[in-house]
Amino acid sequence: MRGVEPVLFDRPGPRGRRRIAVATVVAALALAGLAALAVRQFAVNGQLAADKWQPFTQWPILRFLLMGLVYSLLVTLLCAVIAMPAGAVLALGRLSPRAYVRWPAAVFVELFRSLPTLLLIFVFLLGLPAMGTSVPTFWCLVVPICLTGSATIAEVFRAGVLALERGQTEAASAIGLRYWQTMRLIVLPQVIRPLLPLLLVQLINLLKDSTLGYVVTYAELLYSGKSLAEFVHAPIQTYLVVAALYMIVNWLITRLAHRVERRQGRVPRFRMRRVAGTVPAAAE
Amino acid sequence: MGFPALAGDLLHGFVSTVEIVALSFVGALLVGTLIAVCRISPVLPLRAFGWLYVEAFRAVPLLVLLVLCVFGLPWIGLTLSPFASVVLGIALYAGAIVCETLRSGVRGVPLGQVEAARALGFTFGQSLRHVVLPQAFRVMVQPFGNVFIGVVLGTSLCAAVGAQELTYATKVLDIQGANPLVTFGLAAVLYIAVTLGSGYVFGRIERRVRFQR
Repeated sequence: MRGVEPVLFDRPGPRGRRRIAVATVVAALALAGLAALAVRQFAVNGQLAADKWQPFTQWPILRFLLMGLVYSLLVTLLCAVIAMPAGAVLALGRLSPRAYVRWPAAVFVELFRSLPTLLLIFVFLLGLPAMGTSVPTFWCLVVPICLTGSATIAEVFRAGVLALERGQTEAASAIGLRYWQTMRLIVLPQVIRPLLPLLLVQLINLLKDSTLGYVVTYAELLYSGKSLAEFVHAPIQTYLVVAALYMIVNWLITRLAHRVERRQGRVPRFRMRRVAGTVPAAAE
Repeated sequence: MGFPALAGDLLHGFVSTVEIVALSFVGALLVGTLIAVCRISPVLPLRAFGWLYVEAFRAVPLLVLLVLCVFGLPWIGLTLSPFASVVLGIALYAGAIVCETLRSGVRGVPLGQVEAARALGFTFGQSLRHVVLPQAFRVMVQPFGNVFIGVVLGTSLCAAVGAQELTYATKVLDIQGANPLVTFGLAAVLYIAVTLGSGYVFGRIERRVRFQR
């Protein structure tokens, strides 16, 4: 344990240790009881039956789910490739000294940070056809995620740029660089490295958003899970497996973010700015 | 369909959204506080449980959780209304985030403050109540505002699992052939009003309680 927590406690004396020992046993029993209750609930309703779980040991079915995961990751990566540079440009635009750049960027960011991704998906899925145009399913998913994602990522970049020492931009203007030159040559290169962990967290948010493929019937992991649940008649088992797959991927990305953060231990000032720890724009 | 009927339907959905937000945000505060207490307790099983909870519920996408709550729970004999299921799902999901917000807020209090309180002879409860939490809450206002906005936007996912709320009402109206410009425009205005409005309120609170240095 780090932080204030250990300082808050006295070192437990003999009586305290006894109490902790008793509490440990009681808590362990209570948690075990809860787990047993959950398992019983599965068993009573016949959801532990072998034929309900057995499909997930078969390669074709696992491969079907893994293909869904691959498509999820594809959507996520495509959205990241579009939304991250867009977010950077929006953030810099929002900080620009020129009002006709600053205002549109600010309006875009505030607008798309305030709208749920799913509402935008319905605009593409239902609104556009009603007005006589339509967009392929895949883009009905990607474009809304990119719109809200780039707005969220813009705020991450903006926080990073604002956290950079003023002396950097002042020195840049002293040697005669223009605004975009300053940003491109001086600010962005310094900001990207410390922001890397936060951008990885944003990748998790994009992956979470990609579950909206469930709505547009794009065969990413959650929608594949839905089809599979109907096929094998085991909804709760399928969705649990799907949830586990998402958890594994997100956990791996989190580990990577921590590793990157540790490697950059000398720039701790971004630690507290974990804006991204909040709920993601849409799933959030 | 006339404009009054359409606006009435949307407002009806909006009221459901507000109900879901209110219940699940309060639920998330309760769950998050409970888990945060578990995570700092000296009792190992509780600490492990808190850690596992946060890791699991932060890593799972909200929509997956909602699908599990709405379409999964009935299969193990827990039949809830769609409304109750989505409130449960959002509260569990946001609870993990509330827990981490609380923890990072407490961690943001300089160590010297705690050491000083302990040196003055404050007990655990006293130093937490008089020294740590008052300072932690001030820096937590903004993060809690973000969690709240996240919950508001998250409720739109209820439309994907068939629970009545604003996005769902918009979708139904559109399928019925209402003018998409009007429906989406109104829904967007309502969402923006809530998010910007709550952002403004949390910003006001933050400025009010901020330390004047």
